[in-house]
Amino acid sequence: MEKHDVVVIGAGPAGLAAAAAAHDAGAKALLLDRESAPGGILRQCIHPGFGLHTLGQELTGPEYGAHYAREAENRGIPFYRDTTVIDLSPERLVTVQSPEGLRQIQAGAVVLAMGCRERSRGALGIPGSRPAGVYTAGTAQKLINRMGCLPGKRAVILGSGDIGLIMARRMTLEGAKVEAVCEIMPYPGGLTRNIVQCLEDFGIPLYLSTTVEEIHGKERVEGVTLAGVDGQRRPIAATRRYVECDTLLLSVGLIPENELSRQAGVPLDSITGGPLVDEACQTRVPGIFACGNVLQVHDLVDYVTQEGERAGRAAAAFALGKIRRKQTLPVEPGAGIRYVVPQSLTPGEEGVLSFRPSKPCGAVVYRVRAGEQVLRQVRRPRAVPGEMERIPLSRELTAHIREPIRVEMEVVV
Amino acid sequence: MKRQLSCIVCPKGCALEIDPDSLAVTGNACPRGEDYARQEAACPMRVLTTALRVRNRENAMVSVKTASPIPREKLTQAMAVLKALPVEAPIAPGQVLLEDLYGARVVATCGVL
Amino acid sequence: MEYQVAIIGAGVVGAMTARELSRYQLKICLLEAENDVAMGASKANSGIIHAGYDPEPGTRKARFNREGNPLLYEAARQLGVPCQNNGAFVCAFTPEEEAQLEGLYRRGLENGIAGLSLLSGDAARALEPGLSPMVTRVLYAPSSGIICPYALTIAAVGNAMDNGVELYRNFRVTEISRRENGFVLTSRRGESVRTQQIVNCAGVNAGEIARLAGDALPEILPRAGEYVLLDKSQGRLVSRTIFQAPTKQGKGVLVTPTVDGNLLIGPTAQPVPSGDCTGTTRQGLETVKTLGRKSVPGVDYRQVIAAFAGIRASTPGRDFLLGPSQAVPGLYHAAAIDSPGLSCCVALGRYIAENLPIPKAENPAFRPCRENPHFFRSLSPAEKDNYIRRHPAYGKIVCRCEQVSLGEIQAACAVEPRPLDMDGIKRRTRAMMGRCQGSFCTPTVLATLAEALGIPVEEVTKAGGDSRLLEKGADNGKT
Repeated sequence: MEKHDVVVIGAGPAGLAAAAAAHDAGAKALLLDRESAPGGILRQCIHPGFGLHTLGQELTGPEYGAHYAREAENRGIPFYRDTTVIDLSPERLVTVQSPEGLRQIQAGAVVLAMGCRERSRGALGIPGSRPAGVYTAGTAQKLINRMGCLPGKRAVILGSGDIGLIMARRMTLEGAKVEAVCEIMPYPGGLTRNIVQCLEDFGIPLYLSTTVEEIHGKERVEGVTLAGVDGQRRPIAATRRYVECDTLLLSVGLIPENELSRQAGVPLDSITGGPLVDEACQTRVPGIFACGNVLQVHDLVDYVTQEGERAGRAAAAFALGKIRRKQTLPVEPGAGIRYVVPQSLTPGEEGVLSFRPSKPCGAVVYRVRAGEQVLRQVRRPRAVPGEMERIPLSRELTAHIREPIRVEMEVVV
Repeated sequence: MKRQLSCIVCPKGCALEIDPDSLAVTGNACPRGEDYARQEAACPMRVLTTALRVRNRENAMVSVKTASPIPREKLTQAMAVLKALPVEAPIAPGQVLLEDLYGARVVATCGVL
Repeated sequence: MEYQVAIIGAGVVGAMTARELSRYQLKICLLEAENDVAMGASKANSGIIHAGYDPEPGTRKARFNREGNPLLYEAARQLGVPCQNNGAFVCAFTPEEEAQLEGLYRRGLENGIAGLSLLSGDAARALEPGLSPMVTRVLYAPSSGIICPYALTIAAVGNAMDNGVELYRNFRVTEISRRENGFVLTSRRGESVRTQQIVNCAGVNAGEIARLAGDALPEILPRAGEYVLLDKSQGRLVSRTIFQAPTKQGKGVLVTPTVDGNLLIGPTAQPVPSGDCTGTTRQGLETVKTLGRKSVPGVDYRQVIAAFAGIRASTPGRDFLLGPSQAVPGLYHAAAIDSPGLSCCVALGRYIAENLPIPKAENPAFRPCRENPHFFRSLSPAEKDNYIRRHPAYGKIVCRCEQVSLGEIQAACAVEPRPLDMDGIKRRTRAMMGRCQGSFCTPTVLATLAEALGIPVEEVTKAGGDSRLLEKGADNGKT
């Protein structure tokens, strides 16, 4: 049977970084992807904004992806394209299907880097008819950027996540009229820079605390009913209004694609939707690691790359027998914090805590505690759930802790 | 009166203020924010990205960008120019597809064999 | 064109009638108003092969349900359509409902249904641990089963076509004129066919067909039933179909696994003005969810992947309208086929075929069986590997959620009745039907279908008519 030290599932930014890092750590890595070329979703993200942190320059998605694909290629890491993993066992037996057949690969360690999917209309439960013209923002992005097709002429976008904002601009540049972007929350989901350069630049209105209450049209979308929502996100009947459009784009959240992880018995975090991991991105199933959007949905690809490198290094160490599982301490979200990744940490190891505040606030202080001891404390001018926070912990800091680690937020008055 | 701006140079999105007379900028965390605010006050500039159909390849698209920002008010006209631009493979990543689009080069951001 | 029999409506009843009639040497056409078969009630229902305890004794529903249940299992096997005899529970939560169950049990015995038994709540929970602790008593119907109703319809139409039946799509009958020895049927588009006999299987439009032919049927009342479909992660919460004690509106809300491994909850029963009213409502979906949790409290509604509504054609008389028209010779009605119509469809088709007043000679070339177009899914890993080595397109997975390959989509495009739109691909291959609802694979499926149909992608529709997916002529730089 075919054997590799580290099998990386998914050749998007997380997987590419993991494979290169595993190779650099001395392991024989293998990259698998269901698509015919590496790069993952970056291949359709033709807008700029990638690479400021990791590469010190602003690149478009295809350029950023190509950079890391070259890094993997230069190391001679084999890449199996058009290859879908259809089964993964806890013993790291990987079953793959490709045009060459169906076969099994034994992995010394596995890195899960499958990314995420978009929440669909069904998952949102928007009532109404089921006409053509309802797309997730990512589908519309692929149609426009990779197929040269425009999904409609007059669009409403539900959700102000970055993909929704980017698509508002993209549709407009392609000659469509974007009637509005609606956001059910009282604050926007995407980055401020995208509100400015994707909406304000083109005079596209952003309606906060507003949702799509019903979809109309028998064959093609003819319009949507918008409604304001109350504090519990319930539509307010008196605020219902009809907006004519032929397209509804959905950008209402991303769901880590962990079906394969479940097959391997990997336990998941009910908040992040990703595996429970330690500081080395190792899941609760020894030898299976996770990074990128399959672990937690990121805002910036740069941090995906960094997480991928961490997972790749650790996977190599595991495969080469250099990693021993030690006792870990739980890492928990405290006051004002929605979740923290990793969910556990090994004393004496370094790690990066990624987390998001539960709701937007002004100036805040984030504290990382182990029991009563404050390990680190950082001040931020504001807290926004749409922007992930990261606090690194050094080896020295974690060396002597005995109690569970907790991240908490305090509003500065 | 001071003008309020959100910086778009990086994901941080600093809230900037610029004095239209003195061109003094506050609120920026780095010098790029200062340049941005001054430019934004004078003439907002944006990088344009789009995807063009490759004429001699069936179902192939090439993604492109302006290598430097162009005036925001020219984005629509620039799109019209690019739509009419005949593009043929092979295309190398970074290849210049148009020398001057409102002062910027247009380059391919991916390759097409 | 000249036919001996024209069947109007390619729902499951029209499809099975066509298949049963193709056992004889007859020239038959099947006329469908929409762009595909199974576009009415057959597209969106519970997909249950009912045991037959529910219909009132002596009715057509009682007879055809009893006869139809085993016939449907047999037909599904012949047609290569997956079905599963998973059994059903009818749950009582109160003493009144327990009394109702006993009534159902007796009715079942009267209808000649074998194997029924009454269980205590605890005995039922021992078999079905996901069942609510509030269930006090259960009627167990072991002969109940599940099937995919549109897969069945598509396969039955395909089998009828294999045996010589001609399918016309987008043939909405708008005029029926009497001719010597038959009728001329004209479509909205102006095409026409001549036929000696008409079988009216037009679902919610059966009344309109009767009127065009100069007959009148009792009023047909469309009723909408809303459903939610959940991800496969929820598909094993129960293994049997879980009903609640029936209400005045019908069998109430059920929770059932589907043959494809999902969990289905529904339906509501709302009177609607027309068969077009297939929209869902906030209230309807809330009702379904609440009642679903009443039976199976562990359902996780965050795992909902789709919501839809189906239309049922019912009548105030509550029984099927079946038989030759009294007013118009040559016209035969199979109307108001609401629940348990799916369970009855083979028996109904057979009855209609046998009783249609037309000279019939056996068709020696008739083949009741059909190769399962989805054979690939049921292969073992070794067989799959072997098949892929000879047909590499079967190795390229397009729909990641349902693991549907390019080869399967291309093959589906070449099997009658061929898919002409995206929903047609969905119903034949399950591509775009999984948890992402096509958000990844729609562009690839679109391109594959356009290629199979030999049309530009901009002309591909979701479900025929004006349901185009893309803006026409908006392409940049296309020459």
